[in-house]
Amino acid sequence: MPARRFVAACCLALAGLGILSGADDGRVVIRYWDKWTGFEADAMRSVVEDFNSSQTRIFVEYSSVSQIDRRLMLATAGGLPPDVAGIWVINLPVYAENNALTPLDSFARKAGISEKDYIPAFWGMCRYRGHLWALPSTPSSTALIYNKKMFREVGLDPEKPPRTIAELEAFNEKLTRRSASGRLETIGHMPEEPGWWNGLWGYWFGGSMVDGEATITANSPENLAAYRWVQSYPERFGAKNLLSLRDGFGNFASPQNAFFTGRVAMVLQGVWIYNFIKNYAPPDFEWGVAPFPSNDPGHLRDVTIVDSDLLVIPAGAKHPKEAFEFMRYVNSQAPMEKLCLGQRKFSPLSECGPDFFKAHPNPYIRTFLELAKSPNARTIPMVPTWSEYSADMKNAVTRIWNGEATAEEALADVQKRQQKTILRRMERWHRSEPALTKLWGEQ
Amino acid sequence: MTGQERRNLRTGILFISPWIVGFLAFCAYPLVSSIYFSLCDYSVLSPAAFVGTQNYRDLATDEVFWTALYNTFFFAAFAIPLGLFVSLSLAILLNFEVRCRGIFRTIFFLPSLVPMVCLAVLWQWLLNGELGLVNATINPVLDVFNHALGTHWQAPNWLLEARYAKWGIIFTVLWGTGNAVVIFLAGLQDVPAHLYESADIDGASFWQKTLHITLPILSPVIYFNMIMGVIGSFQVFAVPYVMTGGGDGPGRSLLFLATYLYQNAFDYWNMGYACAIGVILFAIILFLTLIATKVSARHVYYAGK
Repeated sequence: MPARRFVAACCLALAGLGILSGADDGRVVIRYWDKWTGFEADAMRSVVEDFNSSQTRIFVEYSSVSQIDRRLMLATAGGLPPDVAGIWVINLPVYAENNALTPLDSFARKAGISEKDYIPAFWGMCRYRGHLWALPSTPSSTALIYNKKMFREVGLDPEKPPRTIAELEAFNEKLTRRSASGRLETIGHMPEEPGWWNGLWGYWFGGSMVDGEATITANSPENLAAYRWVQSYPERFGAKNLLSLRDGFGNFASPQNAFFTGRVAMVLQGVWIYNFIKNYAPPDFEWGVAPFPSNDPGHLRDVTIVDSDLLVIPAGAKHPKEAFEFMRYVNSQAPMEKLCLGQRKFSPLSECGPDFFKAHPNPYIRTFLELAKSPNARTIPMVPTWSEYSADMKNAVTRIWNGEATAEEALADVQKRQQKTILRRMERWHRSEPALTKLWGEQ
Repeated sequence: MTGQERRNLRTGILFISPWIVGFLAFCAYPLVSSIYFSLCDYSVLSPAAFVGTQNYRDLATDEVFWTALYNTFFFAAFAIPLGLFVSLSLAILLNFEVRCRGIFRTIFFLPSLVPMVCLAVLWQWLLNGELGLVNATINPVLDVFNHALGTHWQAPNWLLEARYAKWGIIFTVLWGTGNAVVIFLAGLQDVPAHLYESADIDGASFWQKTLHITLPILSPVIYFNMIMGVIGSFQVFAVPYVMTGGGDGPGRSLLFLATYLYQNAFDYWNMGYACAIGVILFAIILFLTLIATKVSARHVYYAGK
């Protein structure tokens, strides 16, 4: 009977898939989802292979998953999460508060993993509401990246990058070129390129976005100073001129990237920029790295935004113990250095061997590492509403940029809206707090 | 009911049961549950907590929601009439007995075969202020004026300026109007030729024939396309979402109800709030469709009646 044959064929095909997925030797299979593709995925795959060949008990299966934060949310809600997942810091508070993660405190204690093993900023971003939720995989920090050739062309010393906001703007004037008709051809610096941290410029002026767990400080005096600085751009260069300049910029990951084509001389970028320069910038591109200047380097040295990819165990994972075994392996020195070298990043661990730097292709990797160790290494605000908050900040910058609002007006609007939003979210937290605190305490 | 009738009923229900199950599971249940969740604080992963009308009260004071509502109405108010006008005009033109008519029809239908996302990416570049073909066409014309009048007009940076961004989206969506053209064309085939013949004998002009014969007979098709336009315009999502790179455009000028719903559901973990937006969207579309039905009852001609 054809129907029966068809069903049998389907069963065989399914069984075949099972064999292909490597579950044949009785080892516990750990499903691991992460967002990486390309060389970044290759680096992690190679670490996974090392782990698998060192193991008789556990087998890790790596899958590259796009839009991992949304997929993970749906998979966890559906009761079929992977055993390990790689998320972003921005996801951590919201996942933790919604009981979507397994607390790792007791696992870490048993494995002897503690604060002293990590650069403080990275350990800090794995913790939330008194518990440990994640271990870092590959970290990053941001810095001022500048085009040395453009510096030389206008008579600036390429070995002396700006150290204060005032110097940055003085350099900016020198590096900016206008056409005869007044249109901008190149610009020294503009906060909107790439504009990925438009909500966090206050960090370089000594500001914070939240105070404690539920007080929004969007329009604190420090933040106002920062966004008045942003407002000075349309005032000095003309909003329409800046728009036209920016509309002519190509995609970030392309040879038309405005920084690589010399249309912007100084940008705020992360440690990953090395990979993009290697792939997309012209072969004779000369670049330098320095801490992004703050408004008062006497008090505010080496300000940077640190971030990290995080490994977590979703709530409801079938093999949390084995999953943590794998996370512990990734977080030991040799595998971690292999992973971070493969992804051209630095290690989040406090110990790092000298060979790592010798082998590292990024000539400025030490600068990024030192920045991450700075007392002014700041992470995004660890609040569950940062997605909304940063969208509002982005909108505020656009309004300021287009001359629709002053810094005061735009930030006051954000303040009002986000204060209300976070109080609503606190109501949600207070509803689930008693049950979750008990549950996490037991785990 | 006789035994035979009962058996027939059972067989009938059995035969349509796949549809019934599908409808209950994928339409009725989500609809009812989203109405329920709109009354809850719900983050998908935590259990829903009933909060009464709080989501609706929050929406009433949420200026971003009002922006999204305004943008959606603005878009619909221009996209629907423009879409109807363009597609109807095209259909009438493509209905002329000219050579290569099939080729012309195919050309105008082709853009609607392009997936929404590709369409959005394509127009993102066409509308680019510096490098786009749209401005490359407009700017020389403006230059002539500037030269003659001493003005300094410049074509806008379509997708970067809040004032023009929605027009960019309206033009983009207009480009995919081929579906409506095909439906209009089918309707045009149904206009009885003898009416045109007798109008010709009476010496009617092309405009008179269009106004007094074509449009009245086509009215049910116009009505259908209008309702589809209302539904489509109020749910506009993919094109602006892709064109803004998942964002909401300069100064939130491209934030539509569906975008805000999506952001709340999947970026902000506010599924309850998102459901409330969904319910409001549903109510708006229902209300407009009812009005359209009421108004059109007097103006739509059905040959069968």
